[in-house]
Amino acid sequence: MSILVIAEHDNATLNASTLPTVAAAKTLGGDIHVLVAGSGAAAVAEQASKLDGVAKVLHTDDAAYEHALAENMAALVAKVGADYSHILAPATFFGKNFMPRAAALLDKQPLSDVTAIEAEDTFVRPTYAGNAFKTVQLGDTPKMMTIRTTAFDPVATEGGSAAIENTESAGETGLTGFVGRELSKSERPDLATASVVVSGGRALGSGENFEKLIEPLADKLGAAIGASRAAVDAGYVPNDYQVGQTGKIVAPNLYIAIGISGAIQHLAGMKDSKVIVAINKDEDAPIFQVADYGLVADLFDALPELDKALG
Amino acid sequence: MKILVPIKRVIDAYVTVRVKADQTGVETANVKMSMNPFCEIAVEEAVRLKEAGKAGEVVVVSAGPELCKETLRNALAMGADRAIHVLSDDELQPLAIAKLLKAVVDKEEPQIVMLGKQAIDGDHNQTGQMLGGLLGWAQATFASKIDVEADSATVTREIDGGLETLKIKLPAIITADLRLNEPRFTSLPNIMKAKQKPCDTFTPDDLGVSIEQRYKTLKVSDPPARKPGVKVGSVEELVDKLRNEAKVI
Repeated sequence: MSILVIAEHDNATLNASTLPTVAAAKTLGGDIHVLVAGSGAAAVAEQASKLDGVAKVLHTDDAAYEHALAENMAALVAKVGADYSHILAPATFFGKNFMPRAAALLDKQPLSDVTAIEAEDTFVRPTYAGNAFKTVQLGDTPKMMTIRTTAFDPVATEGGSAAIENTESAGETGLTGFVGRELSKSERPDLATASVVVSGGRALGSGENFEKLIEPLADKLGAAIGASRAAVDAGYVPNDYQVGQTGKIVAPNLYIAIGISGAIQHLAGMKDSKVIVAINKDEDAPIFQVADYGLVADLFDALPELDKALG
Repeated sequence: MKILVPIKRVIDAYVTVRVKADQTGVETANVKMSMNPFCEIAVEEAVRLKEAGKAGEVVVVSAGPELCKETLRNALAMGADRAIHVLSDDELQPLAIAKLLKAVVDKEEPQIVMLGKQAIDGDHNQTGQMLGGLLGWAQATFASKIDVEADSATVTREIDGGLETLKIKLPAIITADLRLNEPRFTSLPNIMKAKQKPCDTFTPDDLGVSIEQRYKTLKVSDPPARKPGVKVGSVEELVDKLRNEAKVI
């Protein structure tokens, strides 16, 4: 049995999402190979070679992979991965974009967002916004899947010394051109991997209130900032702040939900957090059903107090 | 330009889903069903492109049991021109659906297939990408803005960390994210008119597609329960609990 893990990266640094994906591969047993497809991404291949548990790094260096376009990535994964027993990628926007396409090229049915591996062919995944967990037995080989990164503890980034092998490109499909990216700049920890997340909802009322009330609290706690769909739709914060069923899935040590009512779609993205705090003035808000500590209060009174209490 | 919009009938987004006691699935008896919200966004976008004179015909397609016709009629009431129902009472897994859709694409030859990015029942987020792979077409998933030109489209996508813009060659697959548009409400006259619009029915056999299942569901279970929490009376008490009981700050 040998397992291929597709590394997520930005050509300079290995993305943290790769670490739990390798951890999931380790639970399967067998040789783990990591595919680093990029442009000028030798440093990433180097980082991948040091991951605990990795036997070999396959490095494909071609401009076709600079922006991880789905058409090019899928063609490469289908070509390189065909003889593996399993192919894993993180269930991030990166992995979700090309993995089903690669699976279709190989005539395989992939699994999305796997949260547990029970046997070499038996996997658990959430459906209905995390309200029903399905245990499925997959007949296809290679077994292709994306891994929910919050469900597996990341492997160590040191200790391995895998060989790096160059692998031939599958070429440029020429279907899609990259125009550009607008990334939110932030000095704060990454939302997906932060140990503390402070999230705001529609009750904040404006983007200015987000800045005035949520940001100082996040700064004090060294936290990432998240938001409910309502807050994103209202334009208080950018789209990539959204936590939920179809946004980001987070599971920090501490999740503080402020002025968020707790629609099931939001709960799906955060209810695996270790400690959940909810501050909401509606005592019947569904968020209190998942909160370890609930405070029924107006956020405009509670947040300045909280700021003071934290010193 | 023809746009094909595949849509799915799902348990309504506001229904609390319950797992059956025998762990074979979720309760669907007497549960409200609706068009998958992301599919609604896809239909809306296609209809807007038609209204803007950029698309000629909008064809909607759904695969599943007889009741899918209701969902198709909703889409016709939103402004789609014609419907195709792939009738099947079997469990259809995403790869099988993608193959059925490929067969429909081969017949209809649309320039754009516009889908929702995921259905809120299975939460797979696969069908559009798989159809793209089967057809060898360009794909732009998680779209929040679409500009269609004669032989290409410029699509802004929601990704980790922000937004990405791609220029895709047509024909292409586009999957809709939440912020692409806000779907319209259907008016009574349009619902009446929709009843007159054509709906063709095919079976997977008619389309020559095998809908073989690739995975077997062994069980469906409730999510792990959280231990009940407590309400605190003040900010001081909250901070004290976080410091001394939970030890997270």
